[in-house]
Amino acid sequence: MIKGNSGIRKTDVINRRMFIIGAAKIIIFTGIIARLFSLQVNENKKYLTLSDKNRIREWKLPPIRGDIVDYFGNIIAGNLKVYQLHIIPEQVENFNYLITRLKTILNLSDKKIEKIVKLKNKLKPWESIIVSENLSWSDFLKINNYLYDLVGVKPVMTISRNYPFSEVYTHILGYVSQPNEEEILANETVQERFVPGMKIGKLGLEKTLEKHLIGTNAIQRYEVNAYGKRINQLEHQKGKQGLRVRLTVDTEVQKACGKLLDDRAGSISVMDIYTGDIIAMYSSPSYDPNKFLFGISNDDWALIRNNPLKPLVNKTLSGLYSPGSTIKPIVALSALENKIVNPSFKVKCTGKMELYGQTFHCWKEKGHGFVSLKNAMKQSCDTYFYEVARLLGVDRLNVTAEKFGLGKKVLGDYFDFEKSGLFPNTKWKINNLGKGWVLGETLITGIGQGYTQTTPLQLCLMTAQIANGGYSIKPRIIVDNNPMPLEEIKRKLKEETLHTQEKKLFNDPRNIKIVQEAMFSSTNELYGTSYKSRIDDTKYQFAGKTGTAQVKRISMRERELDLKIEQIPYKDRDHALYIAYGPYINPRYALSIIVEHGGSGSRTAAPIAKELFKLIIDRNDLRNKQKNFEEIKI
Amino acid sequence: MFQHDRLNNELTFWQKVKELDYILLSSVLLLSILSLFVMYSTDGGEILFHTKSHFSKIIIFFPLMIFIAFFNIKWWHNLSYLFYFAVILLLIYVSFFGIKSSGSRRWMDLYLFNLQPSELMKIAIILCLAKYYHRIKIENVNSITSIMTVLTIIIIPIIMVLSQPDLGTSILIAASGLIVLWLGGVKIKYFIYSFIVFLISLPFVISFLKPYQKLRILTFLDPDRDPLGAGYQIIQSKIAIGSGGLDGKGFLKGTQSYLDFLPEKHTDFIFTLFSEEFGFIGSVALLILYSIIIIRILRIGAISRSNFSRLFCFGFAFAIFIYIVVNLSMVLGLLPIVGSPLPILSYGGSSMLATMIGFGIVLSAKINHKQMIA
Repeated sequence: MIKGNSGIRKTDVINRRMFIIGAAKIIIFTGIIARLFSLQVNENKKYLTLSDKNRIREWKLPPIRGDIVDYFGNIIAGNLKVYQLHIIPEQVENFNYLITRLKTILNLSDKKIEKIVKLKNKLKPWESIIVSENLSWSDFLKINNYLYDLVGVKPVMTISRNYPFSEVYTHILGYVSQPNEEEILANETVQERFVPGMKIGKLGLEKTLEKHLIGTNAIQRYEVNAYGKRINQLEHQKGKQGLRVRLTVDTEVQKACGKLLDDRAGSISVMDIYTGDIIAMYSSPSYDPNKFLFGISNDDWALIRNNPLKPLVNKTLSGLYSPGSTIKPIVALSALENKIVNPSFKVKCTGKMELYGQTFHCWKEKGHGFVSLKNAMKQSCDTYFYEVARLLGVDRLNVTAEKFGLGKKVLGDYFDFEKSGLFPNTKWKINNLGKGWVLGETLITGIGQGYTQTTPLQLCLMTAQIANGGYSIKPRIIVDNNPMPLEEIKRKLKEETLHTQEKKLFNDPRNIKIVQEAMFSSTNELYGTSYKSRIDDTKYQFAGKTGTAQVKRISMRERELDLKIEQIPYKDRDHALYIAYGPYINPRYALSIIVEHGGSGSRTAAPIAKELFKLIIDRNDLRNKQKNFEEIKI
Repeated sequence: MFQHDRLNNELTFWQKVKELDYILLSSVLLLSILSLFVMYSTDGGEILFHTKSHFSKIIIFFPLMIFIAFFNIKWWHNLSYLFYFAVILLLIYVSFFGIKSSGSRRWMDLYLFNLQPSELMKIAIILCLAKYYHRIKIENVNSITSIMTVLTIIIIPIIMVLSQPDLGTSILIAASGLIVLWLGGVKIKYFIYSFIVFLISLPFVISFLKPYQKLRILTFLDPDRDPLGAGYQIIQSKIAIGSGGLDGKGFLKGTQSYLDFLPEKHTDFIFTLFSEEFGFIGSVALLILYSIIIIRILRIGAISRSNFSRLFCFGFAFAIFIYIVVNLSMVLGLLPIVGSPLPILSYGGSSMLATMIGFGIVLSAKINHKQMIA
């Protein structure tokens, strides 16, 4: 009984204590359910986002750049399919074997192999290694032939920038290449759309128009696992190609410019005198921008960089030259406008002019005798312009020169490297050199030497504004969406000048006419400095002015020696310049030509104009017929 | 005496079949089937290694449970001490010849599967202590000798398991043992005293912990401390459960587990996967299923005539409850991460074997609930 009693008492204890635990269990289970509720119901949204963040990853693909086309719609900067070779390490059976096979097939260097192996160790096994960015067609075929033996190798087609006219447009377009960190950060659009392997504009319009050309990224959304491996694609969002940009340039003319300069250092610019359209803008020598796309080789780079003719410099926009005699139309115009001279005013040229004991030489030692404005321009008499400049003074000359665009950037919005040049006056000298102006400096300024520095494009604009009757135009390189017929443009130019004095660059239209006639005689009349380069057919007939800019002072000894150009060291030879417009009747185009160290303007530069005008004027009809084919908003 | 004899008479086979607890049996069966589906999901919706292996274990251990149930509870009472000592021997064997994996020596190779004796100890300790308190007079429960004896019974396996090292299992063994002590009538003040002593010695205990165990505690206190390192498991587990929502992402659609963000999804974090795919509703349903099992075991304990059965059932029910609570609290970020499987649902042969043996003995207790044990 005692035992039984003990058993019963024990049972009671067990039951009582179990009851206590049972109550605790209910409380604990309730707590767990509460926790579950708070995680799964209250905070569900938060964790759902976190879970999506875990599993969904976005891949931005490089955007496709917009094409750049010339006036006629020919692609001058386009996109090309290129073949690349990728290795996907996780699919490779025997990495060493594969590498040796590839080495023999593609002739890879040991350095390249080392790079690939290094990359392989760095990347995740499913991330592809790019062996070659730009596989030649023959290499691509070879790889395809051996593909059965190359497990884990994938030939891939991608899109790359391409410049079909190679060196023809380099100085206008620039080129694209892989950016460095600074360049990515410098441009907000690039920063936002950058993906590894993407190329951006490094120079020229490719750089300036980056945000229009760049396009938008295609986006691929993938579900990834915990190790970052793509499991399946959820979405593919197509990107938009960048804008198609149409330039005012004419590839045929541009190509001809290159050919005519023939790798001599120099520049040619051609401009529409009413619209300001730049028809051609060539700086020589040029280089092939395609070489920069996949990283230029050291040899190629050294060749370009060490070339004494400086292919990297855009001479049209940032080459600074003394205008030489090409400034004379402006000196003449300024003198006429300021009523210093009239067409019948004559100066006696004896071959030199003495001033305060200093001798100023005319290019013709024997002198021109009595010369009027027209004859002085025709034969480029320096003595006449010394005298006119002396009478006019540099400050009044400066006003006219700046009106016509000297000392100011022409296309500054599009090319950050453009230089503004300089046309001096007395104030400028005091402010910048701290010395007073000397009258002798006025004389040499009158023949385009001294402090004056101009870019070839400025000279071209100056010529265009003389040719169009003295109206200010705004040069442009991107096509206007609303082209007007020529008559309307002319009418509008005149209309505008009625209201604003700024657009009108003259006081008396007769003065412009006198200068134009003088330029005509310089090219088309006997004894004119560019008479040899004239075209008699009125369809192509042009008016121009030669210029020969000294690069160093000519000593008395050299003057007496009268050396032939071949006898002077290259660096010391004069620059040859020529400005012209045509056709003389109803003019439409102006140009400027500079051949560095080319000797004399009449012998070297003017003949180029003769060749060029035929082409430019022949293509005028085509240009007029060309319809505006698409709307671009830049 | 007649009555006594009648009760001691062995029941016929059909009587035993009739006396089986079908609610418990079907609940366990349901849980087993459910576990197969969950395992199928961890294999990424394919019948791969884990699913196959789990299935074969269910095929073996579920009948084993019924087999055990058909033995008289007296048998199990008689074998209790022996079972305890056998498991102790296995623990000794493992500590010398066990398979070493990720820094701890817990397993022995049984060809079919790797046996983890410490899992068996979770049942053995309950059996052993249930027998001890069944036999001891109530007056002697709180005697020094008795207290010292039971403490020794508990501490020996704990030390052995801790030295493997395996903190999770040793905590569960301790909890299982202590609950039988509590049920057996050990004075409340002893529990309070030892709790105080435990708190005081806690800093010393912590200084003995392995670095990874300390890290786990630190991580528990602040999982964002090192989100890609130690905190990773708990953060990913919470994301998975939280993103499951009210009704879950759907069967086989748990992205966290499918995309390998979940660590140890087959074993300790199996609930995370379940909860991600079936949501709050599914999780509560699972908890209800577990509750049914626990309540059923408690009921069997309550109707048992012998205190041995009663102690074992109550102890085992509590143990199951503790396993669930520790596991869920861990994956829900309420407790530091200590390895502890979820009964039946988690992948792992030893855990399932131990649980099925436990269920088997409970079923035997039900069949023989009128049986007195001398």
